[in-house]
Amino acid sequence: MQVYLPIAEISVNAFLLLSVGGGVGLLSGMFGVGGGFLITPLLFFIGVPPPVAVATGVNQVVASSISGVLTHLKRNTVDLRMGTVLLVGGVLGSGIGIWVFNLLSRMGQIDLAVQLSYVVFLGIIGALMLREGVGALRRAADPTAPRRKLHTHTWIHNLPFKMKFRTSGLYISVIPPILVGVAVGILAAVMGVGGGFIMVPAMIYLLGMPTKVVIGTSLYQIMFVAAFTTMMHAVTNYSVDVMLALFLIVGGVIGAQMGARMGLSLRPEVLRILLALLVLAVCGRIAFDLLWAPSELYSISVPGRF
Amino acid sequence: MRVLAAALVLMLAALPLRAEEVLAGLSQKQLSLTVNFEGSEILVFGAVRREAPPDPDTDLHVIVTIEGPPAPAVIWRKARRLGIWMNVESMRIRAAPSFYAVASTGPLQDILSMDSDLTHRISTRLAIFEARADAGVANPGAFTEALIRIRADEDLYQSLEGSVSLDRDTLFSTTISLPKNLVEGLYVTRVFLVRDGRVIDAFETDIDVQKAVLERWLYNMAHNQPVLYGLLALGLALFFGWGASAAFRYLRG
Repeated sequence: MQVYLPIAEISVNAFLLLSVGGGVGLLSGMFGVGGGFLITPLLFFIGVPPPVAVATGVNQVVASSISGVLTHLKRNTVDLRMGTVLLVGGVLGSGIGIWVFNLLSRMGQIDLAVQLSYVVFLGIIGALMLREGVGALRRAADPTAPRRKLHTHTWIHNLPFKMKFRTSGLYISVIPPILVGVAVGILAAVMGVGGGFIMVPAMIYLLGMPTKVVIGTSLYQIMFVAAFTTMMHAVTNYSVDVMLALFLIVGGVIGAQMGARMGLSLRPEVLRILLALLVLAVCGRIAFDLLWAPSELYSISVPGRF
Repeated sequence: MRVLAAALVLMLAALPLRAEEVLAGLSQKQLSLTVNFEGSEILVFGAVRREAPPDPDTDLHVIVTIEGPPAPAVIWRKARRLGIWMNVESMRIRAAPSFYAVASTGPLQDILSMDSDLTHRISTRLAIFEARADAGVANPGAFTEALIRIRADEDLYQSLEGSVSLDRDTLFSTTISLPKNLVEGLYVTRVFLVRDGRVIDAFETDIDVQKAVLERWLYNMAHNQPVLYGLLALGLALFFGWGASAAFRYLRG
């Protein structure tokens, strides 16, 4: 069955969309990741124009984070104060990201910019995850192997504008969390991702937040930044496709529920290596498209359409 | 079909005097781009009306064109920079039809003179308004050719030479298939009667292509009330994201 996507202005197979949403949902349930960084490139592969894929991907992030946010709020594992500081940075970053996005669109380079950022980020994240996964696997086999230090005092703790974050038990400057927020906001606007893969390590290693509030706080920030970014894309580019989002969300929620159960039966180190390999495969596919000579050197863009 | 034929005969009888005149009809005047639109076939048919017997020295030819709503376009050329294939050069086209099909009784270059083609903009190349004046590229012709090639690959530009059948120099018909990737708007359909390379009569009508109700409503809202549309997108995301996981929790007890 074909569905006509009113904003992307293309017809796509409905089951293909459901399986993209479901497959990514399955993975995100298994690995505990948002999945925005997989959905957007998969949409490129099935022919959705990059601006629509990015804007709709970020809308889907809102859907995939809401129930997590509610659960964490109920359990009191959200540092609202830290979340709000991160959010201020996120909104700022999203604004910058949208501006850059629209500038690149006008220059005809947005597709390239989005693909390049995916290659760079997926490449780095995939490589890091693979290294950590293999390391963890080795540590599990050999308990005497050296462990990495978790937290160190650095220049971060000497910056001005300090603020008390009770839930996290921190007294640090607001500058680093705002900068982390800005970075995540830019990524949300340009790549259509939640940015959890940047924020979670930054919160643990850079800000030194306790692990029990990290997931809840990052989800809280991600949901609001994604919502803000969706609005910005809708208002400046008219590129959010509700029909497309609906199929992805429905597929995604079902997939996530199944994935969460499947994930329990696999060892976490193995899961991490599998996810790393998947991320690297997507990265490789996008890189191939950029490096391999295309069969058609010309392309058409119609102003006002994608 | 029979009703149409009867109407055609009536219209023929009511026509004023001219040497040879063309009358045509379409199997469909309206198309709706519904959720599962897979493309559509349009039958263009008609008749030639004449007072005197036809000129035996020249051949009569019929050309049918269907033109989708024209829009400006930017054509980009990719080249390798730092190992990466990227857009490096672009040319603006003032207006190019979003769809263009030319069907005829024979090869256009044999049956149509350059003059008539220029006057009526019949061949695909002439249906595109280039903006050569501000073309900053070395080879603008290659860009226009690329536009035609890319759209022809998507069945948006069709050259259907020889596909019009003309019976006893009077009745003609042809079928043009519209692909599924249509944009909405008025599709101008023209029928030309050609003798000796010159257009001796022409007929024009149009097909109204519209998005279906829901798609049209969403598209209009996205463009006219983007804030409301954004809120709708967020509302749906929150509702389905929360609702579906709540439903799963409930199912599990």
